Amino acid sequence: MGTNATVAKPPKAAKFRGEVFINNDRCKGCGFCIEFCPPKVLVTSEKYNRHGYHPPALANETGCTGCDLCGLYCPDFAIYGIRVPIEGAVAQRA
Amino acid sequence: MGMTTAVNPVEPLLRSERMPHLWCPGCGIGTTVNCFARALERSKLPLDKVAVVSGIGCTGRVAGYINLDSFHTTHGRAIPFATGLKLANPDLTVAVYSGDGDLISIGGNHFIHAARRNVDIKVICVNNFIYGMTGGQVAPTTPLGAVATTAPYGSFERPFNLPFLAESSGAVYVARWTAYHVQHIAHSMTEALRKKGFSFIEILAPCPTLYQRRNKLGDGLDTMRYYKERSVIKNGASTRDLDLDFQGEITVGKFVDVERPTLQETMDRLYRQRLEDRYFGWRQP
Repeated sequence: MGTNATVAKPPKAAKFRGEVFINNDRCKGCGFCIEFCPPKVLVTSEKYNRHGYHPPALANETGCTGCDLCGLYCPDFAIYGIRVPIEGAVAQRA
Repeated sequence: MGMTTAVNPVEPLLRSERMPHLWCPGCGIGTTVNCFARALERSKLPLDKVAVVSGIGCTGRVAGYINLDSFHTTHGRAIPFATGLKLANPDLTVAVYSGDGDLISIGGNHFIHAARRNVDIKVICVNNFIYGMTGGQVAPTTPLGAVATTAPYGSFERPFNLPFLAESSGAVYVARWTAYHVQHIAHSMTEALRKKGFSFIEILAPCPTLYQRRNKLGDGLDTMRYYKERSVIKNGASTRDLDLDFQGEITVGKFVDVERPTLQETMDRLYRQRLEDRYFGWRQP
C-alpha cells in the first residue's frame, strides 16, 4: 500500500452539460456571478439593459458546468444554471 | 431544448410581479433569499405550512417578496407576531426573516425572551452592520470605529456578538455565515427548518450604499471578496470568541446545535400535570 503508483483512470465521459439562463432586465450589474463562477465562463457584456446596467454574458459556450452557483449568488434572481443530460451518455456507461 | 421548461429555482417562491425588488446593486439580501428557496426545497416542507414574518427595514421586505403566507409587521415586532402565529397554529413552520436593526435593536427584548422560552421559530438575521433603510445610522452591530451617519468620527459603542447573545439567551441552534457562503447558508437554513426550537442564523451581508460607501470599502463585490479572504470556518467554536472587529477576521460556522423542550412542550406538560383531563391543548382543526 502506498508504494505502487496509482494508474491514471481515463477521464469519465460527461453525463450532462451546463446551460445558463440570464434575465437581462432584472440584472443590476453587481458582478457576483462573474466573480464566483467556478469555471469562469461569464463576462460583463458591452450591452446595456433596460435600467442601464451591464448584464453578464456567457463567454464560453461549452465551459458551463450547470452548477447553479450563479443562481445562488445572484441577489436579483436574474441568472441560474441547470444541468442538461447528454443523450446516450448514461446508456454508454451502463 | 428545455429552454421553455427550465425555471429559476427561486422563481416559484417569488412574487414575480413585484420584481425588480428595491434592494441596491451589490446588496446581499437577495443572495440569502436564494439560499432560503433552496433550503425550503431541500427540507421538503409543505409550502402551505410555512409562514415568513418580517419586521421593518431592507431585510423586512423579504416577507413582501416571498410567495408564501407572510406578514410584514411593525418595527421590531416580528418575533412576537411569529410567537403568536406558532402558538395558535403549531403545525406551521414559522421563519422570522429580518435585519439586525429590527431584530436586535428595537426588537432586542423580544429576541432574548423568545430564545429564553425556546419558541419554535427560525430566526434569520441579515446583519449589514447598520440601519440601511432609514439612512445609515449606528446599529447595535456596528463595529467599533466604523463610520455611520450618526457616528461621523466612527462608532465608539461596543457591538453585540449575536451568536453569543443567542446562545446565552437559550437558542438551540446558532450559526453565522456571510453572504459569500451560499452553500453553507442553504445547509444551515435546511437544518434550522427541520429543527425544533429557537434557531438563529446570522448572515453578514454587504450594504454598499450606506455602510461600505461611508467607510470607503468599495462596492458589494469588494465586500464579498473580503468575506472570502477573511472568513474562517470554525464549526463548534465557543460563541464567546465571535466578536467582530472593523474589517477584521470573521469566524463563521455552526456553533450550537442542542436539544431543549420548546415553549409549547413545557406548557403542555405542565398544564397536563396540573389540570389533567381538564386541559385540552391544541388540536388539529
